[in-house]
Amino acid sequence: MKYLSEYRDPHMVKEYIEELNQIVTRQWKIMEVCGGQTHSLVRNGLLEMMPSQIEMIHGPGCPVCVTPLGLIDKAIYLAEQDNVILCSFGDMLRVPGSEKSLLQAKAEGAEVRILYSPLEAVKLAKETPEKEIVFFAVGFETTAPANALSVIHADRLGLKNYSILTAHVLVPPAIEAVMQDEESHIQGFLAAGHVCTIMGMQEYYPLVDKYKIPIVVTGFEPVDLLQGILMLVRQLETGRTELENQYSRVVRENGNPKAIETILQAFEITDREWRGIGTIPESGYQLRENYASYDANRKFDIQQGEVSESEICIAGEILKGIKKPKACSAFGKECTPEHPLGAPMVSSEGACAAYYHFSAITSSESIASK
Amino acid sequence: MTRMSLNCPMPQMNYDIITLGHGSGGLLTNRLLDQMIFDLFSNPILDERHDGAVIQANGPIAFSTDSFVVSPIFFPGGNIGDLAVNGTVNDVAMCGAIPQYISLSFIIEEGLKMTEFWEILLSIKHTCDAAGVQVVTGDTKVVDKGKGDKIFINTTGIGAMHPKANIHIQNVQSGDKIIVSGHVASHGMAIMSVREGLSFETEIESDTAYLNHTIKTLLDEFGTDIHLLRDPTRGGVSTVLTEIAKVRSLGVEIIENNIPILKQVNAACELLGLDPLYVANEGLFVAIVSNDQAESFLHRLRQLEFGEHAAMIGEVVSDHPGQVLLKSAIGGRRVLNMLVGDQLPRIC
Repeated sequence: MKYLSEYRDPHMVKEYIEELNQIVTRQWKIMEVCGGQTHSLVRNGLLEMMPSQIEMIHGPGCPVCVTPLGLIDKAIYLAEQDNVILCSFGDMLRVPGSEKSLLQAKAEGAEVRILYSPLEAVKLAKETPEKEIVFFAVGFETTAPANALSVIHADRLGLKNYSILTAHVLVPPAIEAVMQDEESHIQGFLAAGHVCTIMGMQEYYPLVDKYKIPIVVTGFEPVDLLQGILMLVRQLETGRTELENQYSRVVRENGNPKAIETILQAFEITDREWRGIGTIPESGYQLRENYASYDANRKFDIQQGEVSESEICIAGEILKGIKKPKACSAFGKECTPEHPLGAPMVSSEGACAAYYHFSAITSSESIASK
Repeated sequence: MTRMSLNCPMPQMNYDIITLGHGSGGLLTNRLLDQMIFDLFSNPILDERHDGAVIQANGPIAFSTDSFVVSPIFFPGGNIGDLAVNGTVNDVAMCGAIPQYISLSFIIEEGLKMTEFWEILLSIKHTCDAAGVQVVTGDTKVVDKGKGDKIFINTTGIGAMHPKANIHIQNVQSGDKIIVSGHVASHGMAIMSVREGLSFETEIESDTAYLNHTIKTLLDEFGTDIHLLRDPTRGGVSTVLTEIAKVRSLGVEIIENNIPILKQVNAACELLGLDPLYVANEGLFVAIVSNDQAESFLHRLRQLEFGEHAAMIGEVVSDHPGQVLLKSAIGGRRVLNMLVGDQLPRIC
């Protein structure tokens, strides 16, 4: 496939691995912020191929993983109302709320639909005037333009039965939160290529300056990832701390101005609770006052009980890169993709699920000893 | 395969749609059966019009049942009718048997258009003829509007075991080769492409097909060198291989670059973030064949109906027992597991 096979070229992969082996002189802890990158690293078997001195730490960049429990409960509560059709990206359906997941609610009779675009939800609202259509708007900056556009579009159409339950989160504040945590010792970041496609690179210069840490905006294919890691290790080995762009075929310095304009038309920045991490100041989007009637949070009187997380789950430490999934006592035992205790086990982009699905090659000996 | 046209004229019916009365067992049911079903599927056993079919059987037989609830009922490359025949024919064939007879049961939601029902019946007939099986018994029920989804079909198939077949998961040995009979993931992505909210520029067609003739020829020629046959429907190729690895406590190694997949199917999987190895197939089989005969098996399969894109994708090994390892396109490795939940609901 054009623009894809080139970035999965085994010869280039080999060359980058060889170069990494040549230049690396010591242990480095690198965080890939985005869950899509975690998924690709594991899916392609890259972690095994890289020099052992390079330790990849999987960051909080999986929106499904960091959506707080209370908000999932809200979505479930809304889905269970007779006059509501709750629309969501497929990944959110299996995420456990405090009592059940959206999928279980669906099995019990709630109307839940999987959509690939919020604009489909607007269409549904237009075609189904007797129902309230609520779109569960999760995601980082990447999905924000489409979600914003859905509200702007609904407003233009004069639809009164469309709203979004917003759970938008932002990457730069998450990087700050990781850097400010004394237990995490991250030395360099791969920034998420698709987020920067929208937002550009401007927000990352202050992070590089403030924390004296190299950041490389990186893509998702094996060659992209290895090139990004190589650029980062070159900086680390030579003591440079700069913002570089590996994903230049997609990411522009100023991002996508039209998309940013759309986001800012509908959204404003707000404090946001991150599951497993807690509240990070100015780390999310909420709808502006003039679109308040499209905000499901404000539109519906949502009843909610106490929410509490599993006591054994160490999702927070995993999302901040303090611990690896396998360091959790519940990993693969009480906590599996079928029965996830915490969010990183739910989404295929979550660090725990990625480890569960794709790694863990057992040798004959370890099976025999069981 | 193109959607069948209504070239066989529909019998004159007094109703444009199926009503509850068509499932009542009374006059309307009889008229529906007489005018639409018995004539179309006529054969000596069905013509007896008993509640059950009386058939001759000598020696071991294979027996399989399956229900079909696919949505939408018409999709690129087929419909719920040919899917219901192919699915059961293939399940019987995968046992190492030669499917001969099937039962045909409908659960219809009132309001289904007669023309749609007729189109489904015609494609069932067409597929039965092509696969060489006869419908010998059946049932029709109608449920209230809203209590079903247009039409559900159950088929059960029966067939005598091929005399040379010895298909058992216990026969799978280290060193055996893994062969798939064609492109993977086409059915699941065809269904996905017509679900709400998605449209692709190129049409992806389901691979739904009867594999029994191909399987029979292979059994004739390769007999006990075929250790296992599976059709990787829901859960895809990955799930079949994982089961083999777990049950046999052997390892499985497959090579990503050897897996045949249509360009447009691969692109759709990339776009939607689906792993083609977990996507359903309806006209594909996985064969585990002895190392000695694998090359000639593959060569022969490529000459047979629905086998021209067959490929050897890997082998069974004694290392890493219980695990399926995929060698990625770039030379890395990863473990394949069984699918948790459904990647795509109601695809067959």
